[in-house]
Amino acid sequence: MGADATLRDRFERGLAAPICLTWELTYACNLACTHCLSSSGRRDPDELSTAEAKALIDEIAAMQIFYINIGGGEPMIRRDFFELVEHAVGRKVGVKFSTNGTRIDTAAARRLADIDYLDIQVSIDGADAATSDKVRGEGSYAQARRAMDNLKAANFGQFKISVVMTRDSVEQLDEFEAMAKDYGAELRLTRLRPSGRGVQVWQELHPTAEQNRRLYHWLLERPNVLTGDSFFHLSALGSPLEGLNLCGAGRVVCLIDPVGDVYACPFVIHEEFRAGNVRDGGFAQVWTNSDLFRSLREPGSPGACTSCGSYDACRGGCMAAKFFTGLELSDPDPECVFGHGEHALARKALMSLPVSTPDHSRKIPVAFSLRQGSRSTVRSSTNVTMDKRGTHGE
Amino acid sequence: MTFASTVTFDASAPWSLSAQVSLRDESFGALAYHHGNRRLVILKSRDLVELVRRLKEFESADGAIDAVVAPVRHDRYVRALSSLVNSGILSGR
Repeated sequence: MGADATLRDRFERGLAAPICLTWELTYACNLACTHCLSSSGRRDPDELSTAEAKALIDEIAAMQIFYINIGGGEPMIRRDFFELVEHAVGRKVGVKFSTNGTRIDTAAARRLADIDYLDIQVSIDGADAATSDKVRGEGSYAQARRAMDNLKAANFGQFKISVVMTRDSVEQLDEFEAMAKDYGAELRLTRLRPSGRGVQVWQELHPTAEQNRRLYHWLLERPNVLTGDSFFHLSALGSPLEGLNLCGAGRVVCLIDPVGDVYACPFVIHEEFRAGNVRDGGFAQVWTNSDLFRSLREPGSPGACTSCGSYDACRGGCMAAKFFTGLELSDPDPECVFGHGEHALARKALMSLPVSTPDHSRKIPVAFSLRQGSRSTVRSSTNVTMDKRGTHGE
Repeated sequence: MTFASTVTFDASAPWSLSAQVSLRDESFGALAYHHGNRRLVILKSRDLVELVRRLKEFESADGAIDAVVAPVRHDRYVRALSSLVNSGILSGR
């Protein structure tokens, strides 16, 4: 989907409803990934009830939001997960959900395969257990691969393999591509953000400038690899990457968290970017009327990027990446391809970085354990492939 | 379910919005989403949106175009509809 300049301006002034609405269904998670955007772990006792969640879906349907991106936490941990998915799909609201795969046993895979308008992203952060488990916890890679095997065996069709680009995983692009091909899956790569617990690991894990350049050229040659418009800051290197190439926060995208708080985007779960709560009069009024979203829709100033000839290509980059590295929103992106971000970072005294306001991390990290009994853990795949194109979505 | 449309657009035939498509009005026109092939398509003018909505009332796309836009813009709108057929947003009836 390309967009000309006029259209991008219109998008930056906001839409009648989001194109891309992410809904973190729960903060509960059985993993403890080091880069978790939502600092998940423990369930919030105040999370939306089944009835509240269904009412929210009805409102989403009424606003003609075409699909929702469900995440967490691990969304399949919610007991009403299938009930909510079926409620959404029944109202013609498509569901794309992100999962660590631990709950996709053979029975769940079959049930998922029976639902229309459903896309699944299984997350891994390396093309082998050593690389992935370093970020996601011991045993998590094997669990994710088993989920993929189960989906394939259940003829789910084309699921997505979703990978965050770290300094390690970015060295395995070709392996990810081969893995996706083996499964008949789509590959989806997203940017490591310093959000949530990611603030603690971003400095050591974010790709180097040289890696980012290689990633950009690799993506440019592969328009079918999905990115959720994640890497628009790299578009300053030349031709724009696939996608809208703009920061959609509060204009095109937003996030609803498990307790109904609405944030400008999935990467800024922080009080400063909280627009309201769906319990106070519903989602539509937050989307339309919140002071925060209205201000984000005002024409922005290029700030420190005014004199850079590439501002039109990258629009100054990612708001969340700036905020959580201690930069001003008018500063360049910390991963600015021309190195302006690094200079800005060097100028800041990084005494205290903002930390996601709600933090549901477990206080004592638990070792990852296989939750399913050994009876169901071994299931080899058969060779079945299907394909299906997707559109961008974070 | 790869969606590579082999359907060619014939402006003298009757067309309508595909059953799997949702259309949402926006200030610049509309957004159309095809739930089957997951494509999101931007309709960049209100005339085009009106045309797409009214296709079903006419026995041909040509007839619908004549009713909605000035003759001088006819060919442009044939091209726009043709592109919507290619992305699965419109289907023959």
